[in-house]
Amino acid sequence: MKALSFRGLTKTYKNGVQALKGIDLDVEEGDFFALLGPNGAGKTTAIGIVTSLVNKSAGQVVVFGHDIDSELAAAKSCIGLVPQEINFNQFETVSTILVNQAGFYGIPRQIAYTRLEKYLNALQLWDKRNAISRTLSGGMKRRLMIARALMHEPRLLILDEPTAGVDIEVRRSMWTFMKDINAAGTTIILTTHYLEEAESLCRYVAIIDKGRIIENDRMSRVLRKLQTEVFVFNLRNPVAAAPALPGYQVSLQDDHTLEIEVSKDQSLNDIFSRLSTQGLEVLSMRNKSNRLEELFLRLVNQKDDQPAVVAG
Amino acid sequence: MLVKTSLVGVNTIIIREFNRIIRIWAQTIVPPAITATLYFIIFGSLIGQRIGDMGGYTYIQYIAPGLIMMSVITNSYGNVVSSFFGAKFGKHIEELLVSPLSHWLIVAGYVAGGVARGIIVGAVVTIITLIFTRLHIHSLPIVISAVLLSSIVFSLAGMINAVFAKNFDQITFIPTFVLTPLTYLGGVFYTIKLLPEWAQGVSHVNPILYMVNAFRFGFLGVSDVNVGLAYTIMIGSVVVLYAACVWLLYRGVGTRE
Repeated sequence: MKALSFRGLTKTYKNGVQALKGIDLDVEEGDFFALLGPNGAGKTTAIGIVTSLVNKSAGQVVVFGHDIDSELAAAKSCIGLVPQEINFNQFETVSTILVNQAGFYGIPRQIAYTRLEKYLNALQLWDKRNAISRTLSGGMKRRLMIARALMHEPRLLILDEPTAGVDIEVRRSMWTFMKDINAAGTTIILTTHYLEEAESLCRYVAIIDKGRIIENDRMSRVLRKLQTEVFVFNLRNPVAAAPALPGYQVSLQDDHTLEIEVSKDQSLNDIFSRLSTQGLEVLSMRNKSNRLEELFLRLVNQKDDQPAVVAG
Repeated sequence: MLVKTSLVGVNTIIIREFNRIIRIWAQTIVPPAITATLYFIIFGSLIGQRIGDMGGYTYIQYIAPGLIMMSVITNSYGNVVSSFFGAKFGKHIEELLVSPLSHWLIVAGYVAGGVARGIIVGAVVTIITLIFTRLHIHSLPIVISAVLLSSIVFSLAGMINAVFAKNFDQITFIPTFVLTPLTYLGGVFYTIKLLPEWAQGVSHVNPILYMVNAFRFGFLGVSDVNVGLAYTIMIGSVVVLYAACVWLLYRGVGTRE
């Protein structure tokens, strides 16, 4: 079953800006789906339409079989939203915010208190349950918004940059939590500017730019579309010049570091073999940049008059 | 949404609004109590004794229902306009807008909050009134229905103000420049029979005149207006304003892009 489906979704704001230009998109139930795009691409507008915070200009949105035009309440019941901006009442306690949110979805207080304990413990906020929300740190506020979105146990969780401004330790713990939620059956749509996050968490990805979907496929297939990758090799012994490796672009960054551009039809084994033949011992190797980031930048920077840099 | 889950939803809004009134009691309950006390001291005890009788009652007895109604009106309005605009400003209105709660229930929840504050403040002012004078009750059903309807009308009006407001100035503009003059000129402190004929005609355009007089009729059995007409205006206002609020939320005016 499709968790979410867009057909010809269009949004034109009053100032004439066309944020969405008739996009089609399907998210299957159980997916962990990345919706990526530069600032102003239309991601938050699309999420706003799904959650009825933004009125669409045209098109159809269906959530778990419920069309938002004819079955809005049923569609809304399926969705949990973690918005980009902090949007809870900063004068209320953590517990009050969560119990109220459950109440808005018709969940009695007794059940709400049970879920509150479950999600606050899972997100390491239980000790803060009686704290006024404005006193929480940035990371805690982000986790509170995730807990709030889960209080009615939605089938579709939409996370709009949930880890923005969060330190790496908290971010990693949030990733683990999101993976667990997805493994338990919740469909997740994630927008993020941390492409490492999308690559590590999501199985499917759509890239949106200037109101159009420019890429939409399995993460693994999208990444295979990268024509070349640059690898950084750390050498045990210093070298005076870049070694000659015919067929590869090699540059010497410093006397211990090589950068080698590898196309998708070339093999790393071949590089290791050739370096070894020349007496160069490799201590470690890494991608110069995140693969998804590389692809993302190439796609959104692609000019109409330039040939495509991705294949497939 | 099923009836049961809808009731949980609207009940949640009411509890949240009630808790807000109690949490900020120094802003919601104390100021109208102080204001009412000052009115009774100045207009009731000091100046009122020199004015003499009005409508067959002492001046302080005559203005008491008007002062109670004035506090109910301003506090019902003030509660919804500040709470709803605060939710818009802090963006936590989105908690409600993304939920499956229907628009008419969201309006009902906020209005119930406004009515709750109006009734709480009205009760406090009534207790203060009893310190200064004895309250005669002509018809308790009229007292209760008039105060409830007036409170609902001004809660709805406060919501419309909050929907359109884009900043804090715009939520104080209407109370300062519209509500306060209409209340003072709505027969709280005098019978309009004291006014010249043209001014009496103008006063009949003021909806607060009907609310104050219906309420006063419930206490004293005297009114400057036809009480049936007053109820027609109050009930009609409730229907029209409620429909307007639901429509504004449905259209997303001031709340959605």
